[in-house]
Amino acid sequence: MPESLAQQYFPLLVQILLAVLVAGGMVAAGLLIGKKVKNRVKEMPYECGMTPTGNARERFSVKFYLVGMLFILFDIEAVFLFPWAVVFRELKLFAWFEMVTFVVLILAGFFYIWKKGALDWTQTETSKAHKPPTALDLMLSDELEVAGRR
Amino acid sequence: MDFFLVSLIKIVVVFGAFMTTLAYLQWVERKVLAHIQLRLGPQRVGPHGLLQPLADVIKLATKEGLIPANVNTFFYILAPFLAVSLALISIAVIPFGPEIELFGVRTNLELTSLNIGVLLILAISSVGVYGIALGGWASNNKYSLMGGLRSSAQMISYELPMTIALATPLLVLNTLDLRQIAERQGGGWFWNWTAFSYPPLLFIAFIVFLISAFAETNRVPFDLPEAENELVAGFHTEYSSLAFAGFFMAEYANMVTITCVSTTIFLGGWHPPFPAPYSNFVPTALFWFFGGVLLFHGLTQPARRWDRFTFPAFGVISLGLGAIFLLAATVLPIIGQILLPVFWFVAKVGLLLFLFIWVRGTLPRFRYDQLMRFTWTFLFPVALGCLLLTGLGVALFG
Repeated sequence: MPESLAQQYFPLLVQILLAVLVAGGMVAAGLLIGKKVKNRVKEMPYECGMTPTGNARERFSVKFYLVGMLFILFDIEAVFLFPWAVVFRELKLFAWFEMVTFVVLILAGFFYIWKKGALDWTQTETSKAHKPPTALDLMLSDELEVAGRR
Repeated sequence: MDFFLVSLIKIVVVFGAFMTTLAYLQWVERKVLAHIQLRLGPQRVGPHGLLQPLADVIKLATKEGLIPANVNTFFYILAPFLAVSLALISIAVIPFGPEIELFGVRTNLELTSLNIGVLLILAISSVGVYGIALGGWASNNKYSLMGGLRSSAQMISYELPMTIALATPLLVLNTLDLRQIAERQGGGWFWNWTAFSYPPLLFIAFIVFLISAFAETNRVPFDLPEAENELVAGFHTEYSSLAFAGFFMAEYANMVTITCVSTTIFLGGWHPPFPAPYSNFVPTALFWFFGGVLLFHGLTQPARRWDRFTFPAFGVISLGLGAIFLLAATVLPIIGQILLPVFWFVAKVGLLLFLFIWVRGTLPRFRYDQLMRFTWTFLFPVALGCLLLTGLGVALFG
């Protein structure tokens, strides 16, 4: 049985080394083996056979950044779960109430971003502004003529 | 000295088996998909296309490795390297069987047993996003960029329910060591497995984990990063030759790893579904059944010309395997202690992998807003609720 730290991690190190060798070998062999014919058309970015237009590194939706930020927030919460789960049987209900308090605080933020529409990918700021009024809106607003003219 | 030699032998065996699995998983997937769609699948290279993986590797290796103009060369090359190397590491901490004794050497049927096994797997699978994101960004192609972005957002979003669903069984098992996790589920019937304790809470956690696993490995119905009909091939549009093969290999390696993890944590690892003296004969029965079916079909009603030779050959091989397992279960415990646990482990992993392929043959693709809404407003709260209820159950009933 492996006892020392070195013995525990030695197979992992060998595995990492093997993985790196295989991956490096594959990528290198892919670039080196096979005949090379260079021409300008072949090196163009692929756009279904059409001449590429513009730069590919354009701006993209801010939603992707938003998801990245939200992920970091909630993933930190998830990281706390692991040590908590491992010692759970020793602390029992005390640990449970502590975690419920923590999760409720996190969930308050979660429902806030949910209601703010951060999780809704169909809805952008512009589409929200120009949304046609629903029947309920019309009944509540009492401005049927104004809405009808719009 | 002895220890290092034994570990090296184990690494060679496991790595060889792992690479063969990856190569043949591709073949299995094509065959199963083909039969779902009433086709035959690979049929030309070798009997039943069995040499197809080899042919694919040779073909891809002899293709030109192209670096298109205006790509960021460093990241363009780094991306497939990262994807492949990270995908091949996690298998090191997966236990395939109990502690065995062979020629006076006691060793575990796994490469290494770390007390942070679960954390290591989570960490490596998180870093796996970089391969795809970098590949998509560095390619200087609009489809690749879209694929890479979608994939990064999808993978980090689904990592959240996956992490929480993985923390839920740890409430019951109270360890991060995968070997101990598997050992604590053994000794008896399948309701000792984590997925079936505190019903139905941990089964829900298992399902949540499985769904997230589909999304993490970019499989149908979550294959938005490579949605063929809108993004050509997504993040690997500009890749060719073995770098292209690398992305596929990484996908299959991640699939195998994640099914191994779910088998170990939720489905009792190498333990059979019912107690030992009877379950030892299940492999023999199964192999003999398949052998009989193959022999019958090959000898009496071959559908194609070659089936007259290949089906009986496979049938005889299957009967032979059954005989080996019968010997292992009765008179040769020295082989039995290796073969039987590995059989059950491989059977469970194989069933889960079949599920992955089956789902690919069955379900259509999500729309992107549905995909994001599904994880954030459904899977995440369900996983969290499941976790807290399981905690309450463990705290109250022990």
